[in-house]
Amino acid sequence: MDWTLFFVITTFALYIGIAIWARAGSTDEFYVAGHDVHPTVNGMATAADWMSAASFLSMAGLIAFLGYGGSVYLMGWTGGYVLLAVLLAPFLREFGKFTVPDFVGDRYYSDVARIIAVICALFVSFTYIAGQMKGVGVAFSGFLGVDFNVGIVIGMVIVFFYAVLGGMKGVTYTQVAQYCVLIFAYTVPAIFMSLIITGNPIPQLGFIGNAVGEDISMLQKLNVVVTDLGFQEYTQTNKSMFDVFAITGALMFGTAGLPHVIIRFFTVPSAKAARLSAGWALIFIAALYTTAPAVGAFARINFIDTVNEATYITDDENYEARAAEIEAAGGKPVPTWYKTWEKTGLLQYEDKNGDGIMQYRGPAAPDGVENEVNPNRDIFVLANPQIAQLPAWVIGLVVAGGLAAALSTAAGLLMVISSAVSHDICRRTLFKDMDDKTELRVARGAAAGAVVAAGLLGIFSAQLGFVAQVVAFAFGLASASLFPVIFLGIFWKRMNKEGAIVAMLFGLISTFAYIVYFKFGGGTPDQYWFGVSPEGIGFVFMWLSGALGIGISLATSAPPQDIQDLVEDIRVPGTRQSHGIADADMAPSSAD
Amino acid sequence: MSDKKQIDAKGYWSATIRLTLSLLAIWFVVSYGAGILFRDFLDQFSIGGAPLGFWFAQQGSIYVFVVLIFYYCFAMARLERKYGVED
Repeated sequence: MDWTLFFVITTFALYIGIAIWARAGSTDEFYVAGHDVHPTVNGMATAADWMSAASFLSMAGLIAFLGYGGSVYLMGWTGGYVLLAVLLAPFLREFGKFTVPDFVGDRYYSDVARIIAVICALFVSFTYIAGQMKGVGVAFSGFLGVDFNVGIVIGMVIVFFYAVLGGMKGVTYTQVAQYCVLIFAYTVPAIFMSLIITGNPIPQLGFIGNAVGEDISMLQKLNVVVTDLGFQEYTQTNKSMFDVFAITGALMFGTAGLPHVIIRFFTVPSAKAARLSAGWALIFIAALYTTAPAVGAFARINFIDTVNEATYITDDENYEARAAEIEAAGGKPVPTWYKTWEKTGLLQYEDKNGDGIMQYRGPAAPDGVENEVNPNRDIFVLANPQIAQLPAWVIGLVVAGGLAAALSTAAGLLMVISSAVSHDICRRTLFKDMDDKTELRVARGAAAGAVVAAGLLGIFSAQLGFVAQVVAFAFGLASASLFPVIFLGIFWKRMNKEGAIVAMLFGLISTFAYIVYFKFGGGTPDQYWFGVSPEGIGFVFMWLSGALGIGISLATSAPPQDIQDLVEDIRVPGTRQSHGIADADMAPSSAD
Repeated sequence: MSDKKQIDAKGYWSATIRLTLSLLAIWFVVSYGAGILFRDFLDQFSIGGAPLGFWFAQQGSIYVFVVLIFYYCFAMARLERKYGVED
């Protein structure tokens, strides 16, 4: 508790300090940190921007339960960076503006296209941010004894500081600090656990190594342990191959199409720097993503070891006396961490056969015993340090890391939301003669409004409890609506306004309808199209949306010569010139 | 602007496309290929104590992705020199 408070306060003070130091003085600084962030620094900021509460808190737990099935997240959320680096980032940087709707609106010479892109960006970002705020609330209420909603408000105040004051500039440098906190907090417990379970301090090597004191590998041991209890073999999955393929695809292309990730690449000085920056971002992300599968496997072993067949101790009994009694009789008492976390409702035990012993079983238990323990997947990263009996300061570190992950992602999303309002809607669509000073004021106001909206969303969605479900929206929508029009806008000159509008609308509506029908509308898995679950459907609709865009474009007139010249310019670094009236006063400061 | 100083923009762009396609081919093979489509076949081999296909899905593909992007940076810098494209 003391350590937790110490780490949380220290890191928060650091973030506020950076916010005051990095205040934005112009729209250029507010939206894109002045276009002069070093590629490595931007890579680190991108990694923090990208790795959310879900990556930090939930992913290893998901993998622990899904085994091989968890691979979709690992490949999907990293492979998207290859697409970003080679298909989008350098060209969008060469285009040289502030936001994703900027590109869509200018490239497709249409305010309708711009507004549809704004809707996609806002939808994706708000879905995502609710989950971050919820993560902040969970961390505060689970560890610091603070009320869930108060926790969210504290998080809002912190983000308010650096997002409203510093804009992208403040966000960039706090994200760098947050990356350092979160990666340290993630790897330290992983190293301890790897040492305990495999004897190897490097989790990535422990993952493929032998279990301590045994002749078989850690993964083989895990396979045996879980199948004995009636679970799916760890290195297998019960999802169909096509579904795994589609989900991986939706996550990859969705990653590449997420506005808060794309705008990070507008902050570097050049197309070349954007490419390099994507590489650095992936290195920093891989540090966590290659550790996560190891953490997941270790956590599964630890959980089964400590909980299965343990004798339960009720809250009325004196824990210590009863535990000593059980041990004296040769039994295994329920561990203390279990009792601590039980209070949060993340763990549930129901003594179905009345023997007072906790039987943890899968759906096909060979001994026919019914399962009595239901752990929430989020428990694993949070409780891991306690499960592995690590020192108290490690636990405090993990809390600070989880908060860093949630706050850094929330800040990146807030930048998308505020720039969509102040820049894309106000400056570029409604009030085209707005000056720079006014726009900066509007941008700050929009950021402040977005912080409040995000907090409220976090508070309300926590009661609804469907945040995990709606995250599927963010990736599905980004891959089906934004990715195809951005990609075709760069690689196919002939793509025109009509094609882009139809493609975005189709991607948005079809994916939305499919997810709503199967997540909330009572659809059942046997009705899935081609066996593709809602998480993966964005991948299917992405191809359809792209094909539709191409078809419509070919059936209508080619885009104006100006636009075709613009596309040629952004393909070749250093040749970007101003095109058309809308482009003229907004031309990028070249040769920077 | 000091207009395009004899840049072979067409040549540069088609070389870029060729490079992009070959990198994406590798990207596809290590993730969708090794990690999903041919996983069962690869699982008969192992790396350390992990089945190879499983390892590609949870570790190997990520390492290759990192290498791919840095190779792309390197190869693009070379292309830019070759075609006289200055950033």
